[in-house]
Amino acid sequence: MRFATHSIRRNEDDEHKMLRFLLNRFVQASFTLLGVTAITFTLAFLVPADPVRMIAGRNATPATVENIRHQLGLDRPLLQQYAGYLTRLAQGDLGRSYMQRTEVSTLIASRLPWTLLLMAGAIFFELLIGLTAGIWAATRRGHISDRAVMVASFVGVSAPQFLVGLLLLYVFAYLLNLFPLGGGTSFSHLILPALTLGITGGGWYSRVMRSSMIDVLRQDYIRTARAKGLKERKVVLVHGLRNAILPIVAMIGLDIGIFMSGAVVVESVYGWPGIGQLAWQAIQVIDIPIIMGVTLTAAVAIVLGNLLADLATPFIDPRVRL
Amino acid sequence: MSDAWRKFLTNRFAFAGTVVIALIVIGGLGAPLLAPYDPHEQFFDGLTLEGAPLPPNEKFWFGTDLLGRDLLSRLLYGARTSLVIGVVANGAAVTIGTVLGLVAGYVRGWPGAAIMRFTDLMMAFPALLLAIALAAIFSPSLWIVALVIALVNWVQIARVIYTQTTSLATREYIEATRALGANWPRLLFVHVLPHLVPTILVWSTLGIATTVLLEATLSFLGIGVRPPTPSWGGIIFESQSYFLDAPWLVFFPGIAVLLMALSFNLVGDALRDSLDPTQRGR
Amino acid sequence: MRLTRSMLLAPVAVLITAAVAVPARAEGSMVVTYKDDVSTLDPAIGYDWQNWSMIKSLFDGLMDYKPGTTELVPDLAESYEISPDGTQYTFKIRPGVKFHNGREVTAEDVKYSVERVVNPKTQSPGAGFFGSIKGFDEMTAGTTETLSGITVVDPHTVQFDLSRPDATFLHVMAINFAFPVPKEEVDRLGADFGKSPVGNGAYALKEWTLGQRVVFERNPNYWKDGNPKLDRIEFQVGQEPNVALLRLQKGEVDILGDGIPPARFLEVKNDAANKDLIVEGGQLHTGYLTMNVRTPPFDNVKVRQAVNMAINKDRIVKIINNRAVPANQPLPPSMPGYDKNYKGYAYDPDEAKKLLAEAGFPNGFETELYANNTDPNPRIAQAIQQDLAAIGIKADLKTLAQSAVIQAGGEGSAPMIWSGGMAWIADFPDPSNFYGPILGCGGAVQGGWNWAWYCNEELDKLAAEADSMTDPAKKAEREELWRQIFIRIMEEAPWAPVFNEQRFTMHGSRVKGDDALFVDPVHIPVHYDEVSVAQ
Repeated sequence: MRFATHSIRRNEDDEHKMLRFLLNRFVQASFTLLGVTAITFTLAFLVPADPVRMIAGRNATPATVENIRHQLGLDRPLLQQYAGYLTRLAQGDLGRSYMQRTEVSTLIASRLPWTLLLMAGAIFFELLIGLTAGIWAATRRGHISDRAVMVASFVGVSAPQFLVGLLLLYVFAYLLNLFPLGGGTSFSHLILPALTLGITGGGWYSRVMRSSMIDVLRQDYIRTARAKGLKERKVVLVHGLRNAILPIVAMIGLDIGIFMSGAVVVESVYGWPGIGQLAWQAIQVIDIPIIMGVTLTAAVAIVLGNLLADLATPFIDPRVRL
Repeated sequence: MSDAWRKFLTNRFAFAGTVVIALIVIGGLGAPLLAPYDPHEQFFDGLTLEGAPLPPNEKFWFGTDLLGRDLLSRLLYGARTSLVIGVVANGAAVTIGTVLGLVAGYVRGWPGAAIMRFTDLMMAFPALLLAIALAAIFSPSLWIVALVIALVNWVQIARVIYTQTTSLATREYIEATRALGANWPRLLFVHVLPHLVPTILVWSTLGIATTVLLEATLSFLGIGVRPPTPSWGGIIFESQSYFLDAPWLVFFPGIAVLLMALSFNLVGDALRDSLDPTQRGR
Repeated sequence: MRLTRSMLLAPVAVLITAAVAVPARAEGSMVVTYKDDVSTLDPAIGYDWQNWSMIKSLFDGLMDYKPGTTELVPDLAESYEISPDGTQYTFKIRPGVKFHNGREVTAEDVKYSVERVVNPKTQSPGAGFFGSIKGFDEMTAGTTETLSGITVVDPHTVQFDLSRPDATFLHVMAINFAFPVPKEEVDRLGADFGKSPVGNGAYALKEWTLGQRVVFERNPNYWKDGNPKLDRIEFQVGQEPNVALLRLQKGEVDILGDGIPPARFLEVKNDAANKDLIVEGGQLHTGYLTMNVRTPPFDNVKVRQAVNMAINKDRIVKIINNRAVPANQPLPPSMPGYDKNYKGYAYDPDEAKKLLAEAGFPNGFETELYANNTDPNPRIAQAIQQDLAAIGIKADLKTLAQSAVIQAGGEGSAPMIWSGGMAWIADFPDPSNFYGPILGCGGAVQGGWNWAWYCNEELDKLAAEADSMTDPAKKAEREELWRQIFIRIMEEAPWAPVFNEQRFTMHGSRVKGDDALFVDPVHIPVHYDEVSVAQ
């Protein structure tokens, strides 16, 4: 039996390999981050709007506009500006917001915990909804319950988040008084926004889980396990799930990146003070330091999320090497 | 007639799905003939005196939108945009993602790492900013949105396919085939890819729903179809906050998006079942 | 980015403690919601919808308006004197008024604060308002660090010398940019002053939780008797307007900072239960369509007049649920200088077609219409588009983010722009404010805000003449001059004025006050210092 042998042997060779892998990934990550900053910086300058005009307001004379442009260094060649940004970044300085005049690091740090909290809640609901529905459907393939789960998944994915959010608030908070109507940040405030993200994301998880599980349940070793007389529940939940969950792990890694700055709609409906709203408002007024800071934060989350997913893979399927 | 075909045709779900897709295509292409009104015409009697849209009635079967235009006509014309986005743009994204994920997961080493780090990079840079920048460079059109969606949306499926491929590549029969000296593209596409078909199907069908809505966001930023050209995502996007007072404005386009995605899924599922040689019974 | 341990633990702590907290408000406290974050509360910098009135409650300037009106009254100033030629303004500062840090406000502070705004290093969007003070040009150019036109006569007397008579100067002294700030605090906090403002107004900043809420508390040492009428105001940001309305209906919120959300407007307004909660009033706002007079075919006055006649303003007003009144001239009805008798261009597509034909476009032409992408502006633009199509003008619609529309307008690359959603609301209730930057030659420059690129030097001269009439006795004469200027502009039709927005402020039943306080033309959405709550 292959399953019995996959306890991870932690000999020195393995540790050495692990270190090398991490070092490798660290080097790769720095290139990724460098690439992300370069692309975002360039994009910010291709955008057909002038941040200086947004700062200077409508009464400013052209001379004032140019003066501010010079102070911000926005009149220098793009490459020179980028080099300057990287130099300051290396010293841990993300700069100050053009419109708010506050340190970008302060702005992001004040919202980061809330973003992480929402992320955790959303992934929890995605897994809860997605795994349950996916396994249920896979084991009842072709039955009416399988079809019902399919339709429900598609409804979840097709429904716009704004609508789901407002509807949940209207029903559960306004009509039924079960939850607060947004505007705060206690545990009960977290449930509805996390559920909203969980409903839309859960549809994806359930479909992926279902097809992955169906594929796994057809494998020889599952039939072997069944032949050995193991209970079906155990076959599915232990042997089946272990092998079918790989794509789900990859999707969690993805969600860590996506929810870092991509939960704008849900944050806005529920008044959740996350990074997404900060990013959206900054993009509207071309507040380059915030855009850069948020992008960098999201990039770090994406790199970490995918790294974690890659690290988890060999644990789940020991045949896979790092 | 082959077995596969017979199997497909006798599947009533697949049949229903095919019919709905056909209806959407006919509705979109035949809109000029089928639509009761000009989709752009803002009827004076399409709004109440206070400017509220009309619920479904005898003159406007699906009701009117916030400008007093006939919703049914707009949905028919909007099918064109949404088909291009949901099928072409999403299909392109899925194809790119599958190929890159497959290659990266099988080849590993530096080429695999390079592909996956590029994937990280594509995920990280702000797509909205890209959209705003592109809006400045190109004149807005449906094809630019399709391009952006294809450029942005392939990364997630690439990640998932990559992870699955790394695992699949270690299965005995793959390793055995490799040992027999099969060349790797053949091995990938003949032996690994079929196992990924379910995942690919999930992405190509659920992706229809999400990309149709994404189109609306991108058009909002100025790169997509220009108002008053209708699209399903656009109709939902512009009227979603009105759903308490004018639910039909969200209900009808929402159902249309859902039906399109579901139908493609039914057809896809049936196709896979009928073609899959390992499939034993239902 | 630095991250402290406490920052990560904060939400956990809140989760535990706040789960049992009840949102009920204490007596004398009020909750106001806004969708967008408050960027800054520095009076030299804040220029948003949200922070404009908040700053007015944290700071007091030399002048202010009588609550609920546009009538100028001395505020921090006890009295003022204007020299007969209108170039010298002397203000007596009320003694004993203190900053929130306890130090008395002096003439030195007034001088410092105005100079801070004008100083290019501050990057203030308000510098241009002080253009009439002597030494402005030198300071803008960076050759001096002080304004020669401001003299501290004694600690309670400050004197402004102007390079030209300026009838709007008292208004300028009432706008946020002229509010005094304590130098020692600005020096101490640097750029972070905007997040920890120290003012001299009715309220002081108590708490600012980034991205969540800003809390004001009564200034116990405030000099006005019985003011403010509240102990505490909590501004919650990031609140979606539709949800904020639900919260107001539940009694969790007292004032909707962004107004009644358009999607729910009719239902809310038509509900008899809300009759006493909604106050309607005018607003110093005009929504207009600009036509770039420098590029064909809009260089032809007949084309511009045709556009004016083609737009069905009644229908557009209906589309936005009658939350506006049709406009026929640049000035809104509540602005001095508005011409009640002017009829404007009546809706007449046939006449418009005739004018187009006379201008040489019997079959119309193709052009582009730019508009902001937030609701209801794309809808209004589509309605205009349909009206233009009816006379043969095929306008492609470009709905873009605000910043991109501003860019296109300032570059002159946009043939037509719908002004809605550009945050264009009067800075102060004087007709002059509707001319300079948006219709005068000064704004018709690269990066300017005169998107019609209309420049009539004769009118510029008349405007300068009107603004030099500082004698209060000549008030009517000055208004008449402005009236003529705007009517003459309409003859040349660089704009098609479409409507004047009406304000509908909704407040919770606890909030009390004269109706005028809820539609105060200057303090928007409500006059925070004057409203009260009943428990």
